[in-house]
Amino acid sequence: MPTRMLGEPVKRREDPRLLTGHGRYVDDIDLPGMLHAAVLRSPYAHAQIERIDASTARALEGVVAVFTYDDLGPARQRMPLLIPNPALTHPYTRYALARDEVNHVGEGVALVVAESRYVAEDALEAIRVEYQELPPVVDIERAVEPGAWLVHEELGTNVAAHYVGVVGDPERAFAQAAHVFRERLVIERSAAMPIETRGIVAAWDPYREVLRVWDSTQGPIVIRNALAALFGLAPHQVEVIAPDVGGGFGCKIMFYPEEVLIPYAALVLGRPVKWTEDRIEHFIATNHERLQIHDAEIAVDAEGRILGVRDIFLHDAGAYTPYGIIVPQITACQLPGPYKVPNYHVEFRAVYSNTVPVSPYRGAGRPHACFVMERLIDRVADELGLDRAEVRRRNFVQPDEFPYDVGLVFQDGAPTRYDSGDYPAMLARVLEMVDYERFVREEQPRLRAEGRYVGIGLACYVEGTGIGPYEGAHVRIEPTGHVYVATGMPQQGQAHKTILAQVAAEELQVPIERIVVIEGDTAHFGFGSGTYASRSAVVAGSAVALAARRVREQALELAARELEVDPADLVVEDGRIFVRGAPERGLSYWEAAQLANPLRYAYGTEASELLSKPRPWNGPALPPGRQPALEATEYYSPPHATWASGALACILEVDPGTGMIRFHRLCVVHDCGRVINPMVVEGQIHGGIAQGIGGAFYERIVYDENGQPVNASFMDFLIPTAVEVPPIEIAHLETPSPLNPLGVKGVGEAGAIPVPALVASAIDDALRPLGVRVTRMPLGPSELLELIARSTE
Amino acid sequence: MSAEVGAGSAQRRAIRVTVNGVVYERVVEPRLLLSDFLRHELGLTGTHVGCEHGVCGACTVLVNGEPARSCLMLAVQADGLAIETVESLAPDEERLHPLQQAFWDRHGLQCGFCTPGLLMLLKSFLAENPSPSEEEVREAISGNLCRCTGYQNIVAAALEAARLLREPVAG
Repeated sequence: MPTRMLGEPVKRREDPRLLTGHGRYVDDIDLPGMLHAAVLRSPYAHAQIERIDASTARALEGVVAVFTYDDLGPARQRMPLLIPNPALTHPYTRYALARDEVNHVGEGVALVVAESRYVAEDALEAIRVEYQELPPVVDIERAVEPGAWLVHEELGTNVAAHYVGVVGDPERAFAQAAHVFRERLVIERSAAMPIETRGIVAAWDPYREVLRVWDSTQGPIVIRNALAALFGLAPHQVEVIAPDVGGGFGCKIMFYPEEVLIPYAALVLGRPVKWTEDRIEHFIATNHERLQIHDAEIAVDAEGRILGVRDIFLHDAGAYTPYGIIVPQITACQLPGPYKVPNYHVEFRAVYSNTVPVSPYRGAGRPHACFVMERLIDRVADELGLDRAEVRRRNFVQPDEFPYDVGLVFQDGAPTRYDSGDYPAMLARVLEMVDYERFVREEQPRLRAEGRYVGIGLACYVEGTGIGPYEGAHVRIEPTGHVYVATGMPQQGQAHKTILAQVAAEELQVPIERIVVIEGDTAHFGFGSGTYASRSAVVAGSAVALAARRVREQALELAARELEVDPADLVVEDGRIFVRGAPERGLSYWEAAQLANPLRYAYGTEASELLSKPRPWNGPALPPGRQPALEATEYYSPPHATWASGALACILEVDPGTGMIRFHRLCVVHDCGRVINPMVVEGQIHGGIAQGIGGAFYERIVYDENGQPVNASFMDFLIPTAVEVPPIEIAHLETPSPLNPLGVKGVGEAGAIPVPALVASAIDDALRPLGVRVTRMPLGPSELLELIARSTE
Repeated sequence: MSAEVGAGSAQRRAIRVTVNGVVYERVVEPRLLLSDFLRHELGLTGTHVGCEHGVCGACTVLVNGEPARSCLMLAVQADGLAIETVESLAPDEERLHPLQQAFWDRHGLQCGFCTPGLLMLLKSFLAENPSPSEEEVREAISGNLCRCTGYQNIVAAALEAARLLREPVAG
């Protein structure tokens, strides 16, 4: 019987190392002769640099070098615009160190390299920088008013991009609607906050003439390509390794200044250099996300069917746009969610501010979109006196309507086209899990009669996952009994070493213990883009499947010739290829690997007498078309995103005296197509939901009017702890994706998307007697108390 | 980080610290953090540093059996004390500590960065409270931030480890 590996809760192969303290994160790497770097950062949100005097710092004992912009040689150019877009008419990227102007608190001004980090930080204090303060732009609504102060004077505007997307005839839809409802909805600025900050170690290897860079990044290949181009090296002379990475959640898919500075310093100084970001730096030097202000309206008929949606929003881009307008573009494309919106007008302006730049954080524009759409749907239900689940049911894209085109171009340049799903079944399932009918009919009236404020919330979402351009995989069967699997994907905890091994084990039918997955090391695999957009299992997983299938074919062909049978008569079980019905006639993959290689220097116990037979052909030992290894490289490039989806329900209680909230239930039905490892999928959902809870109640990066971040520590920027995250109940719905060979869809960001919408829905319902409507997130106890107070005035 | 050079080196002090049962005698700068001492002087990099201001708990070690944040302690303050780090948990190379086993079985870690701190905290907590409720576990670990797991499987692992520690499997 074939061994089933897909769908099994295989325990993670990553864990024993990590559990015993033998993980290797970037800061764990200590090389002989290594120097340590620290970055001097701007204390001002917006200022002109008049003069930098580093002479005292340079003279300090233990200081090896101080770099400012002028010292950066080939790196004295602007950092690249990673993702251009026609709507991004005014892109602006930074220098690795500020040249003459700083545009946010935390922007790098100088780099110190010293014999220890302690000395490097001493030296930061000895650098004198004269700044001429410029007026800071902090409030994005004011930033778009005429005569506003400008972040980048030479652009003549604070508007980086103005995007308009139109589907159908929204004007007409709104003119003919029975009802139109408007909302102003805000999601505040937040940040990914992995527990491991960023870090880089760079060293020139004079023996192999290679610049080796260990980087806590989500995209080592992209960094490798950029560094090779910048320093005039051949790509093979730059190796970027993402070792164990302590969480990323989007903020580590970037090309940051330090990723230029540290390798450059290592090249110039001829010694290894390490930089580890500290937490305060992480708050002011690693990209943020989230702030958007939406003016949204929905047009419906008398039965609550959506005729059109119009949404005009401002998106806070921060000081620079290195990652283009991916975040607001995703918001625009995903806003309709699982609902049919035949007429849709979406328009946004991405606005510069003197704050940390914005790029994706888990969810990447989707939590905003989901919040807006679900708030509108709830509003329709409330205004028309309809059940909130019923309004959703009336508007879902139906299972027989796939592929379904939203009508806009998605983040990958492909159509926003939902490939599969079953939204009505998803909602039905979660309603059943939470016992919706009973709660609404019996429990809630009883609780209300007791004077308790307990509500039920619903939220549905879709997520475009597994986008291109492509990823690849190299699979090789080794005569030693190993199966080598390499991809360009790094991981930050998503269990790739386990799930990719499951894919290879299932395709090859070998024991999973035989499989070694190598990831995040450009010396092993050099093409691909990285881990982001919930794409690894879909895109790299599919590439592994395709490469493994080809290797299996090679092995079967070779075995068939050796056994003098037709390949179709062979079966594979447990790593052994044999003739159907005659299990004694066969050989192992490892023997096949030895057979493939005409050297036939066989040794070890796996060698069989097969190997000592004379070659059954004349001519070259390796005939044309044959290779000496069972190996293949395959790439998978999706036609467009594959769309995961989910429906959530929660029951929560509000204490109107304190503004505190307590969850009674939190139920999730999730559809990520075929599940490779349910344990890993559930772990991803748990983590996403926890971040969503952070986004709904706690996580907000606050700037004052001078552009000073006022809560840049874990004391003041609150991440949910085990006490704030409730038990999460999960059910899987599997509608396999028709787009890829595994039928999988992504799951990485799923949980983070719907929670603000879900919580808002539940709070509204809990406080219905008071008439509270939630329109912004996060909503801490004091904001909630304010809402309650205003409603009872 | 090397303590051999730089400002403050004039006042370096000799310390004697027992780490995972091994006595180390070193001369260090007074300002050297215990976390940096463990990681970069002794090479025990299993203890991680997440915030350097004592909130995230990733750097939690046991100091004379009590959990402490090694980023909030100086190495000189550990003079004469016994430190336990995650590297000391497993009884040998082949076997895991019940806490480690339960974290593995229950998928209690993803990126693994916060894990050593949680393991050390829980070792001390379960010694004091061998039969905790779920609520008590959640309260106990509420000073350790995890950004990946949503804590659900950490709580499950802690409860399972408590069971394993109460009823060791024969053999």
